[in-house]
Amino acid sequence: MKAAGFETAAREALGDSQLRRNMARATTTIRARRAAAVGEVPDWEELREAGAAIKAATMVSLPEHLERLERAVEERGGQVHWARDAAEANAIVTDLARSHGAEEVVKVKSITTDEIELNDALAAAGISAYETDFAELVNQLAGDWSSHILVPAIHRNRSEIRLLFERTIARGQELSDDPPALAAVARDYLRELFLRVPFGVSGANFAIAETGSVGVVESEGNGRMCTTLPEVLVTVMGIEKVLPEWRDLEVFLQLLPRSATGERMNPYTSIWSGVTPEDGPREFHLVLLDNGRTDVLADAVGRQALHCIRCSACLNVCPVYSRVGGHAYGSVYPGPIGAVLTPQLRGPAEAPTLPWASSLCGACLDACPVKIDIPSLLVHLRGRVRREVGAPHAESAALGIAFRAFSGRARYERAQRLRRLGRGALANALAAPWTRSRDLPEPPDQTFREWWDERGQG
Amino acid sequence: MSAAKAEILRRIGAAAGPAPASAPAVPRHYRRSGELGKEARVDLFCERAADYDARVHRVAAAELDDALTARCEELGARRLVAAAAAPGRPRGVEVEPDDPPIAAAALDGLDGVLTGCAVAIATTGTVVLDGSPSCGRRALTLVPDLHLCVVDAAAIVETVPEALAALAPAAAAGAPLTFVSGPSATSDIELSRVDGVHGPRRLEIFVAWY
Amino acid sequence: MTAPGRVALLVTCFNDTLFPGVGKATVAVLERLGCAVDFPREQTCCGQMHGNSGARDEGLALAARTARVFASEPAVVCPSASCVGWLRDAAPRLAREAGEEGLAADLDELGGRVFELTEFLCDRLGVEDVGAFFPHRVAYHATCHSLRGLRLGDRPLRLLRAVQGLDLAEVEDEDCCGFGGTFAVKNADVSTAMLGDKMAVLRATGAEVCTAVDTSCLMHIGGGLGRARAGMRTVHLAEILAAER
Repeated sequence: MKAAGFETAAREALGDSQLRRNMARATTTIRARRAAAVGEVPDWEELREAGAAIKAATMVSLPEHLERLERAVEERGGQVHWARDAAEANAIVTDLARSHGAEEVVKVKSITTDEIELNDALAAAGISAYETDFAELVNQLAGDWSSHILVPAIHRNRSEIRLLFERTIARGQELSDDPPALAAVARDYLRELFLRVPFGVSGANFAIAETGSVGVVESEGNGRMCTTLPEVLVTVMGIEKVLPEWRDLEVFLQLLPRSATGERMNPYTSIWSGVTPEDGPREFHLVLLDNGRTDVLADAVGRQALHCIRCSACLNVCPVYSRVGGHAYGSVYPGPIGAVLTPQLRGPAEAPTLPWASSLCGACLDACPVKIDIPSLLVHLRGRVRREVGAPHAESAALGIAFRAFSGRARYERAQRLRRLGRGALANALAAPWTRSRDLPEPPDQTFREWWDERGQG
Repeated sequence: MSAAKAEILRRIGAAAGPAPASAPAVPRHYRRSGELGKEARVDLFCERAADYDARVHRVAAAELDDALTARCEELGARRLVAAAAAPGRPRGVEVEPDDPPIAAAALDGLDGVLTGCAVAIATTGTVVLDGSPSCGRRALTLVPDLHLCVVDAAAIVETVPEALAALAPAAAAGAPLTFVSGPSATSDIELSRVDGVHGPRRLEIFVAWY
Repeated sequence: MTAPGRVALLVTCFNDTLFPGVGKATVAVLERLGCAVDFPREQTCCGQMHGNSGARDEGLALAARTARVFASEPAVVCPSASCVGWLRDAAPRLAREAGEEGLAADLDELGGRVFELTEFLCDRLGVEDVGAFFPHRVAYHATCHSLRGLRLGDRPLRLLRAVQGLDLAEVEDEDCCGFGGTFAVKNADVSTAMLGDKMAVLRATGAEVCTAVDTSCLMHIGGGLGRARAGMRTVHLAEILAAER
């Protein structure tokens, strides 16, 4: 899903008044909730410090933790598979489904599986993947894709959802817009699937190397359904999500719910280890996914982006994301974290406009529970795009002219004098996008230094 | 070792460079234990659990069965499944043992489930189930629409770190853990929280003083 | 806190060329408080624009040049939170990323001697009442660099509250105005959308003047207010502090 360029996609999104209203309302609500939930915690900064440090320490010894995780999962009766890229991961999951004769699978929301486009791969093999997360169900029925890490259908309001349900899973019924009624429709539709389909696919929020524990943090209960009732469970997880020790969880189980939904704790967190006889699936497969994560790791500055715990706090506080929504970023990872992760996962050439999709306001850094310095990463990636991919000619020319002017006093003072003559090449190149919505200031009669000279000092 | 595993490990090594001799220190200056006395802890737990729409009852241990009985009658719950070592027994209710394990579809036809819990967290209003005889297997507390959960007041800790420390042996043994904080909910419809999606729509917590 | 002494002014390329009034006002305030102000003529641009645009080498070259120009100045005052933030935080970080440890050390050293105007007034001179008179209703916009970058806190507000005749309007909104340097032209539509919301907040205060510590944001906000014929003007904090009866 390559966007035409963020600037173009954003302009289109800005004109969608329904989207603007949905996004504004949703992000304003969740910002207030997050602030309240975080404000209650006296040791929030200490938790952030620990979270950031645990993630950094994990990346530094990643092979050790992954191998320990593999051993622990296998010791407890699970099976571990490694996937270098999306195609390999999809093949693993598809083969597992086929070998069990599964024609249907139930899925918990997993942006990782959206990233690798698993549903399409399964469909190509004649296997139907049913999304069971409310928002993912909405998107699947609408043929839409996710616009937010946590609330994938945030771009839809209740009326749109009602109309969609009336067209699809509740055909022939007359529904109300009332959220509880809409939730009830989804419950009835999905319950039948949960009780029947024997093959489940999930993602994971984390996996603990020490104990082989894999965890899903959720609200609705569909995660519990898909990881408990089926006979076979396959979990696809990015390699960066491993945590070294059980006690590391005490940090993230506090950081994540408060940052994500502004709750002290989300309704359900399920943690399992391999297979437990007579309790849950009799077969468990963990697929460890690379798909560009090692490329991110190779950038000594950029690898911080792998610390992300997918809370989406940065999305909700971003003045750009909250106005344009997720689709404008052309990736399942939108918003501030998406702007730094997507160009690294796919390579800067595949997402060259995303590092500029920001005013560098810094709200994301303040909100990030693991202190990812997103503004610095954006600047770093702007440098990489320039060096590795190139930049628009006019912009490079303007920057070149400016640099030469700034490099010496005489040249600089000469350039200053151009301010009254058509405002100079640099200003002209930039004038049109500015003057569409803003007046330009009148250039002054004197520069500061000319005034200083007249004053007789220096 | 599979080719994929070898390749991924090789890529990580090439990307990150060699691992340091010792793991970088992690500063753990956050609160690792609580400060509240037992009464205050229990009060906090009851308040926080109720905040997320669980219905909380406080009973002396001797009155537990009476309380369960009364509540089941109020809710019209006549057929329950109970975890093997679930504390308490409501009277006038058909209580099925989960032995042999009841099929999911049949669980769906029951009115509710009765369990104990492994540990409860006061600051977040959370009960944690660990698949032990007192908590039962996971499907029991997932499929029926009503969950009656008996929490021993002594099993309530104040903070999340204390709870995880208490659960460490179970985790090490590979026990499945379920953290429950209120009935299930979705915030997907314009971010307004809607209770009761797929898990039990009613969560009744009985805090029992032994 | 130190007694007023000699300070060097880093006026910024922006103010020097387009908004000399900000530089003049800064000189006036500092002199009123007893400082002897020097203006090293070799200064041009600190490099922030190039650095933020991904032209890292050029940005660092200009930062290095700035460090040389101000090498012998014990105290440097600058009426721009964004330029101070670049020199103190972003430039040293980029220097380290580029493997230029020597430059990073130079910039760290410079960063210890450079003060944003309100930092200098409140922390170094220990003053809040600078003897200003500005009888207007004023809304203060906390720019991202002042709020989240340098974390100036309430220094600007304390200075404004001490200005005689000034009616300070409360603005709770801490959102970015949408300038963001080249963002204002590269993503002009989003920038405009953000500006619209910021202007609505400012106009709702009924203030006559919007002030801030960064001319760049004020040019953007002022440009929008002007286009909307809103009847609100933008004035840099230094100019308010320089105003007298």
